[in-house]
This record gives sequence, structure tokens and C-alpha cells, in this order.
Amino acid sequence: MIKVEFLGPIGKKPMTVKAKDLKSLSKILKENKEIKKWLKISAVAVNGEIVKDLKTKLQRGDTVSLLPPVCGG
Amino acid sequence: MLKIYKKPLKREKVLKKWTDSIPNSKHGAFVTFVGIIRDENNIDGLSFDIYEPMVKKWFKKWNKIAKKNNSKIYMAHTVGDVGLNEISYIAGVSSPKRRFALETIDKFVEDFKANAPIWKYDLKNGKRVYAKDRSTKISGSGLLS
Repeated sequence: MIKVEFLGPIGKKPMTVKAKDLKSLSKILKENKEIKKWLKISAVAVNGEIVKDLKTKLQRGDTVSLLPPVCGG
Repeated sequence: MLKIYKKPLKREKVLKKWTDSIPNSKHGAFVTFVGIIRDENNIDGLSFDIYEPMVKKWFKKWNKIAKKNNSKIYMAHTVGDVGLNEISYIAGVSSPKRRFALETIDKFVEDFKANAPIWKYDLKNGKRVYAKDRSTKISGSGLLS
């Protein structure tokens, strides 16, 4: 299982899903209307590293984080 | 040196700690940036969420750059509420020479704004509202859309 966490203002509790790569995770997340609207503006990290390739493979125990637009300071 | 505080920052305290920790007597330059909450849009203050594991990773990259140049980089940030005229963010660079310190503080603060996983909210009429319009998409956003 993959843990998906929703950071900052998304304000959703983490969920666990079955997905072999980011592409299949994308399909799963798009089914949820609330999450879908954040996908366009959110970056994705796997185990704390930002990833930019939809083909990125996922393994059991991985954590995927969704990061909406940031503004520190 | 990176530290997250649960209260607004005390400038003197943070800067003293950093100055005392400057690694040797060869750092002739110490540049700091202090972020103060300004009074605008009728806010009562700002509030911040921080994703610490990734902030640490992000900061490590800058640590490496500083070390390579025999310099040191510092950052303090508040998680939670910060009132008007209070301090939420301090960054610093100490270095043997001024050029590296001056140039690096600029790049560091800009990269911080664009990529550090920190989220800002306006505090207004007792509500905490995500400052979406003033936030920046991290490079690579939209991958799953």
C-alpha cells in the first residue's frame, strides 16, 4: 500500500491506496472531486523528494505527498 | 543551522545565537534578512504551516553550497500564528568575504519563497484563510492532473 498525504491548505487526512506508479495513482486521485481540484496546482514528492515523471514507480510503504503552492516568510 | 519555532521570532535572541555559533574568526561578513508581518489587507496577522521533513531536505542543499564556500547558512521560521509587526522569518549567511554572503542571501531567500514547503494563511476576523493568490507553484506542479 502507498500512503498519500495532503499538505498545507488541502486539509485532508492521509489515505492509503494501491498503485504501481504515479500514473495509476493519478487516476485514483482524480476520482475524488475535492482532491482533483488541487492536482493541477500541486507538486508531488515521493518519500520527501520532488518528482516530475509520471512513470515514477511506487513500492509498498512509499509515501506520496501533494504540495500546493507555497509561500514562506 | 535551521530551527522552527512555535512562537514569533525574537530577533536579538536568534541573531545572538547565530553570531555566537559562527564557526571561526575568519568569517568577516554576516548578512541577515528579517521578515516582518506588515499591516495590509486588514489582516490581524499571518499563520504558517511547515512540512518539516522536506524543509530540512531543502535546507540541506543550501548547507552544502555554503560549506563548499567555507560559509554558513542560517534560517529560523515560525509555525503557527504571527501578529502584525512581529517576525516570522530570519535568514542569514556568514562568510569569509562579503560578496558570497550578499549574493547568497538573495538567492537563498528567493529559492525559499518559491520552493520551501511552507504555507501562508491570512488571519482575518478570526478566520485562517490560505493566501493562495500570493503563493507560488513548486516547479513540476500539476504532474498528477
